[in-house]
Amino acid sequence: MAQLIFTQQLARFLPVPQVTCAEDNLRAALDYAFADNPRLRGYILDDQGHLRENVAIFIDGKRPRCSRRLDDPLAPHSQVYVLQALSGG
Amino acid sequence: MTERAYIGTRKGLFELARGHEAWKLDAHHFLGDPVSMVLSDRRDGTLYAALCLGHFGTKLHRRDPGSKAWTEVAVPAFPPKPDGSEDKVEWTVRQIWSLAAGGPDQPGVLWAGTLPGGLFRSNDRGDSWQLVEPLWNMPERMEWMGGGYDVPGIHSICVDPRDSNSVLVGVSSGGAWLTEDGGNSWQPRAKGMRANYMPPELAESQNVQDPHRIVRCPAEPDKLWCQHHGGIWRSVDNAATWTEVKPDHGISNFGFATAVHPKNGEMAWFVPAEADQRRVPVHGAFAVSRTTDGGHSFAAYRGGLPHEDCYDLVYRHGLAVSDCGNLLVMGSTTGGCWVSEDGGGQWQLVSAHMPPIYSVVFAAAQ
Repeated sequence: MAQLIFTQQLARFLPVPQVTCAEDNLRAALDYAFADNPRLRGYILDDQGHLRENVAIFIDGKRPRCSRRLDDPLAPHSQVYVLQALSGG
Repeated sequence: MTERAYIGTRKGLFELARGHEAWKLDAHHFLGDPVSMVLSDRRDGTLYAALCLGHFGTKLHRRDPGSKAWTEVAVPAFPPKPDGSEDKVEWTVRQIWSLAAGGPDQPGVLWAGTLPGGLFRSNDRGDSWQLVEPLWNMPERMEWMGGGYDVPGIHSICVDPRDSNSVLVGVSSGGAWLTEDGGNSWQPRAKGMRANYMPPELAESQNVQDPHRIVRCPAEPDKLWCQHHGGIWRSVDNAATWTEVKPDHGISNFGFATAVHPKNGEMAWFVPAEADQRRVPVHGAFAVSRTTDGGHSFAAYRGGLPHEDCYDLVYRHGLAVSDCGNLLVMGSTTGGCWVSEDGGGQWQLVSAHMPPIYSVVFAAAQ
């Protein structure tokens, strides 16, 4: 099961979930997380469903290939960190 | 007279309260977060605060009258951008740049103007929003340019108190546009403005004008004032035509903010800066200018304001007048905040150390 870890910086605004899922790509895993936390979507993705400019994602230590598609594959035990980028302060 | 004002800043929303002798900073909200716009809804006393979070996007919060709790409500959002669109603008709300309440006969209706230049309508106090597509889909919108930001934006929303379906919006830089049918159709309303920063053949084009701020007199709705990038204009015919007025006595015509007296459309205030290329008070001496005769004459008022070494600039939404017309509040991009209780003649410093101020409003009368 892949694990999604969201930055605790979000806790000022909404409950921060800890998510484990069987999805095999990043977009599907994010959608899984948003299904139970619909308000979270707007904090991570923009109007077009792209990764917000100042949010960073690491999948097993690597950045996604495309911040618009977010279609990177996930391994069964991937760890996905969703963090605030330092650019947006 | 209202005794409370709200100040939206780079680092939170602050309340000003009138004490026995002076106005003072009071409670704060969203401390540390940018609050781009504040609306105090005169119809029901609800307070709205638009946040522009550096990492996590635009948010909107609502506080019901009598409550201390804020509720995060929906935020305007653009629909999916069509495949193959040649629109160079990203269809993502960067910031709520203006908020306005609908008319008294439309309870729950709110209007929001955004960067980029979308106009959104809510029918349910912000619980949901719809893009006003007829304005967004106009071919002329593709010609709009950034003014103040990299993308065009709607900073002024003037609902006509005689007809809630009649709404004028101001765009930097895209002129002014009027709907008389609740947003289904739009007409340009910047005739008479002049953009000297454009090639001569385009200078009078309505769609290139950069009105920094447009305000409407509630009691005389046909009378509007515009602080434009190139000077000051007024209209007495609901923006069908605009006439430039030129301050006398050496008062600069450059600035961003304007406010109009709620009962007297001949009276308006401005906060002049030296010029486009040097956006600081003239000679470092802060002043508020006022006309009481429809722009035939102006006077600059400096009482209580810094007379030297002052570099405060008051941005588009940094000046507001209360419903009574004598009470004004003003906030600068360098964190200066002043209140006047005599129609702008004398000013009281509230704080010189606030965060950069984006938006000021008076509380709805209780």
